[in-house]
Amino acid sequence: MTNEHSNVAYQVMWNRLISVVEEQAQALVRTAFSTSVREAGDLSAGVYDVGGQMLAQAVTGTPGHVNAMADAVAHFIRRIGRPNICEGDIYITNDPWEGTGHLHDITMVTPSFHNGTHVGFFACTAHIVDIGGRGFGADAHSVHEEGLYIPIMKFADKGTVDETLTRIIRGNVREPDQLIGDVYALATCNEIGHRRLIEMMNEFDLVDLAGIAEFILDNSRRATIERIAALPQQSATGEMTVDGFDSPITLKVKVSVEGDKIVSDFTGTTGLDKKGINCPLVYTKAYACYALKVAIAPEIPNNAASLAPFEIVAPENSIVNALHPAPVALRHIVGHFVPDAVFDAFDKIVPGLVPAEGAGCLCNFQVSLRPRTDAPAPINARRSEVLTFNSGGSGARPDHDGLNATAFPSGVMTMPIEATEHAGPVIIWRKELRPDSGGAGKTRGGLGQYMEVGAQEGHEFDIQAMFDRVDHPARGRRGGGAGAPTTIVQDDGGTMNGKGKQFVAHGRKVVMAFPGGAGYGDPSERSVDLIKRDLARGYISAKTAAQDYNLSVAEIDEVQAAVAKGEMI
Amino acid sequence: MATSSVRLGVDIGGTFTDVVLEHSGQTFSTKVLTTYTAPEDAIIDGMHQVLAKADIKPSQIDQIIHGTTLATNALIERRGAKTALITTEGFRDVIEMRTESRFEQYDLNLNLPEPLLPRQMRFTVKGRVDANGHVLIDMDRTEIEAVVDQIAAMGVESIAVGLIHSYLNPTHEKLVREVIAEKLPNVAVSISSEVSPQMREYERFNTVVANAYIKPLMASYLGRLEDRLKNEGVSCRIFLMHSGGGIISIQNAADFPVRLVESGPAGGAVFAAHVAARYGLDKVLSFDMGGTTAKICLIKNQTPKTSRVFEVARTYRFKKGSGMPISIPVIDMVEIGAGGGSLAHVDAMRQIRVGPESAGSEPGPACYGRGGENPAVTDADLVLGKLDPDNFAGGSIKLHSEASKLALSNQVGDTLEMDAVGAAFGVAEVVDENMANAARVHAVENGEDLSEYTMIAFGGAAPLHAARLCEKLGVDRLLVPEGAGVGSAIGFLRAPFSFEANRSVYMKLSDFDGDRIRSLLTDLKAEATGFVRTCDEVSPILSEFKVYMRYTGQGWEIPIELTEDQAMNPDVGTFEARFIEDYSKLFGRPVQGMDIEITVWSVNATTPPEKVARISETNGGDAAPISDTRPIFDAASAKYLDANVVNRLDMAVGARAAGPVAIVEDETTIIVPASRNAIRQPDGCIDVVTKG
Repeated sequence: MTNEHSNVAYQVMWNRLISVVEEQAQALVRTAFSTSVREAGDLSAGVYDVGGQMLAQAVTGTPGHVNAMADAVAHFIRRIGRPNICEGDIYITNDPWEGTGHLHDITMVTPSFHNGTHVGFFACTAHIVDIGGRGFGADAHSVHEEGLYIPIMKFADKGTVDETLTRIIRGNVREPDQLIGDVYALATCNEIGHRRLIEMMNEFDLVDLAGIAEFILDNSRRATIERIAALPQQSATGEMTVDGFDSPITLKVKVSVEGDKIVSDFTGTTGLDKKGINCPLVYTKAYACYALKVAIAPEIPNNAASLAPFEIVAPENSIVNALHPAPVALRHIVGHFVPDAVFDAFDKIVPGLVPAEGAGCLCNFQVSLRPRTDAPAPINARRSEVLTFNSGGSGARPDHDGLNATAFPSGVMTMPIEATEHAGPVIIWRKELRPDSGGAGKTRGGLGQYMEVGAQEGHEFDIQAMFDRVDHPARGRRGGGAGAPTTIVQDDGGTMNGKGKQFVAHGRKVVMAFPGGAGYGDPSERSVDLIKRDLARGYISAKTAAQDYNLSVAEIDEVQAAVAKGEMI
Repeated sequence: MATSSVRLGVDIGGTFTDVVLEHSGQTFSTKVLTTYTAPEDAIIDGMHQVLAKADIKPSQIDQIIHGTTLATNALIERRGAKTALITTEGFRDVIEMRTESRFEQYDLNLNLPEPLLPRQMRFTVKGRVDANGHVLIDMDRTEIEAVVDQIAAMGVESIAVGLIHSYLNPTHEKLVREVIAEKLPNVAVSISSEVSPQMREYERFNTVVANAYIKPLMASYLGRLEDRLKNEGVSCRIFLMHSGGGIISIQNAADFPVRLVESGPAGGAVFAAHVAARYGLDKVLSFDMGGTTAKICLIKNQTPKTSRVFEVARTYRFKKGSGMPISIPVIDMVEIGAGGGSLAHVDAMRQIRVGPESAGSEPGPACYGRGGENPAVTDADLVLGKLDPDNFAGGSIKLHSEASKLALSNQVGDTLEMDAVGAAFGVAEVVDENMANAARVHAVENGEDLSEYTMIAFGGAAPLHAARLCEKLGVDRLLVPEGAGVGSAIGFLRAPFSFEANRSVYMKLSDFDGDRIRSLLTDLKAEATGFVRTCDEVSPILSEFKVYMRYTGQGWEIPIELTEDQAMNPDVGTFEARFIEDYSKLFGRPVQGMDIEITVWSVNATTPPEKVARISETNGGDAAPISDTRPIFDAASAKYLDANVVNRLDMAVGARAAGPVAIVEDETTIIVPASRNAIRQPDGCIDVVTKG
């Protein structure tokens, strides 16, 4: 073969490897039990060379796994030891610091052998239902209370599963069958990737992955560095304050473009929180890196070389670099705000590229339902746990409005309320857009949403709230207005907190309004047609149209009359 | 059906309207340009052309079967009626909020597709049903009347009704329909519990809205078509192909036009299934490649695989999630943006990318010489010798190799330090790899191993690429049938009358209720059979039972087929055994200790499939006459080889041609690489098999 044609072969192989990891991830989505995997896409899968360098990674629901996965295999090689890596082995961990940030993520790694020679690794991660301890919430004071900790170890040794380990796992979690089912699903997903890799190696007569690895990594590195080199070689500082658990958290970051790399330094960020919203560095790194990559190099696939130029520095035991044994179960709350903080800095280096602040962290809550205790409960009343994922509005972009009720930076999906109501005796009374919640601007922030939750007759419940932006709504950029803050009350007016487990008595509902994204640019520059469209659709009220956008009474009347007649605006 | 001796199949596609007439075992076909403003014009034109060829009169036609992309196009182009939605209070924005996620994570400027109806066209009423089908809040007739009055003032032509949990209890939706019928008798109404009685409000509401949105347009078109055909002297009944691969009456089609979406591709799958039956093949991969997209479908036991939901009108590089979900019975296909017109470029990683952008017909690929400067797949095929520049489309379009080479060098080769040939090879390999990957993923999702499959290829560009795909997928046999250019229309004539009824009802095996199951499946069977009876009063009607099951806690159901006996005498042990059998096949191993649940129930009523005579296959005889030779690039060995050229028309039954060879005809060219041989089978198929 001529050089040209081996180049064509490498082109094909790179495509193939990306398809292999997507397939690996799909296998997991279809077999996993964890709601967050199957409904929300909270999983990851990747293929590595024999040195542990990630060559390709599936694009899944969460950027939070991006770098964590890239680093994970190196930890496995170090802990297991090269001489102990054998054909038929499968490794496991849920170490928050060497895996993906909290005990609820299980990472499994399988070495790949071809004709008796070790050629690479497959790894995958999934967010599992339960890992014991206090359950999924911020209530623990250290990682020891958050559940079972599985150090990096062999799940299967030369094909033999460690039954002692599975018994320990079974004995420590609330849903042992589901969890073991998920562990096997992870192992199967690596196996599927492995088989496809060997097929490819046979087809192209490869004895190892050295050539294709070099091709992928060289091209990715060069493309990424070209993008970074084209940026102004400057530093800038960004800062953002959010609610935290009991006291506010300030994320501070200095972003420096330095030739062939970008360094994000979180010096000055608030220290650890007593509750489990602390974030291991690996997760911070993932979201900082995601923010920069989506801004400057969105189409370059994730691999060891395309991620390497994004460096992260953070003081030990700041909230973005929590060390063992800090509680970290809800590390996503801080993690999801990292991009907005990075954007605040990056906007000063390259203006006009990144959005205004958005809702940031997902608006998730879990309800624990049980038969009412204040009066005799009906016979069919039951206990049940129901977890939902919901999103506020995203920040306005320089040229586009923010997205209504859409997750950013997370990429997860919500569940249908009809499915949620089948999961337990919960009733979702309302789930719809929240007018007037998008920050005003030349481009408007995305709308948040309203939700109202109650229980079936005969039940009471606790709600585990995981909301932020109650006291710190999304801030506008370049003259844009703030998004609306989060609110949460009971339908009789009883007050509630944005975070923590809270009791809801029989017959009561929780009324929530999730935050809107902030606006971008001066509202007076917004096109009148778009203001009228927003009014016609009810994204903004007549009052907002008048106050924020100076629409005249006559114009407002004209829009409303046109809507009543069914004229399109 | 078998009694009809003169039958007409009509497929309205984006560019061409294909018309096929079958008469006493003979087939006559034509392609005419689709007439967008009045699609029936092209049908009448095409019909007269084939009638003239066959020398028969319109009144002699016994049956017309029609499929069309008009419904799909109306959704894509947003050309539907002025429509309103009435939904449950608290859920006005379901069709706009979608899944609350971004289908492309790495695009800061991503915009989500607008819902079919803007917010001001969506109205709410207070009545509410819970997850057990019990009424939580009664429906207030006065409130409905007030909403309908408001809608009336807007001059709405069609109304969709979609209420929470209506798939369990449709009484509120029916009450709303009753009020609309009283107050606005001329407005079309669609209710979600009839259009798509499945759980998951986003999919169901979107489906009923789509149905309402295209209903006036499709009803008017179908009415006009009936009148025009009558005026031309046609006296037979007209039937419509639906997305599930069967045919329904024109009245059912007008009531549920959303079921017509994807009828053309469904016809293609039925066409391939029929070829599979002639050869007794139980595992077939159909591969249809045209100008802009390629479609791949698994056909097991001569039946195309079906699904309950699919996505229409993808707006972003054919990306999953960028369109809108329609939950109706549909033939399950993967469609990717890879066709002869797909354009190639080099990205920041120096990777060659092909599609989904297409050159279209203007300016077309660079080789058309109409000013196209970007290389398309067709340009690569030309440079690699797969196409003859002087004999493209029967010689009607002269191709310019130099323009192809220039475009390939400028846009691909120069960056990658390759010559035009290297660039062409790269483009062809990337597009073939993309299609092979799509096929592999689809197979894995269905627990299938493609090396046991036979490929059946049709569509203009497929025969150029099919054999290379087979090499990549480890598929040993490829069949290229005759009439591949009008495959969908021929498929319409092979489809049975069928209708699938389904419903979401949750049941755990630990709460197994045999009486309830029997009654539910009996109802579904009666509903589905009723639809088929309106089309065919005499034929026996078969019922196919399917339930969707999963482990409690999983989000993904797998379809489990049941025999009529298993369905009508439900037994918990049988249900569990059937699930574990199929689950293990798909995912390797069952999960111990988990409860199993059933989520969706479906009955497909169908007339018996047409009896297909097995052909007596030939192992080949004499070599086919060679008309020419030319160098053709062989991808497997990455070099040009001297290849023979054979005219398909010169190949008698049993004629053999050893690869590398190009088998040429007016519409396309079958490329047989060095690894394969070709034999002409008695039914006209070119049978391409691995050597040795």
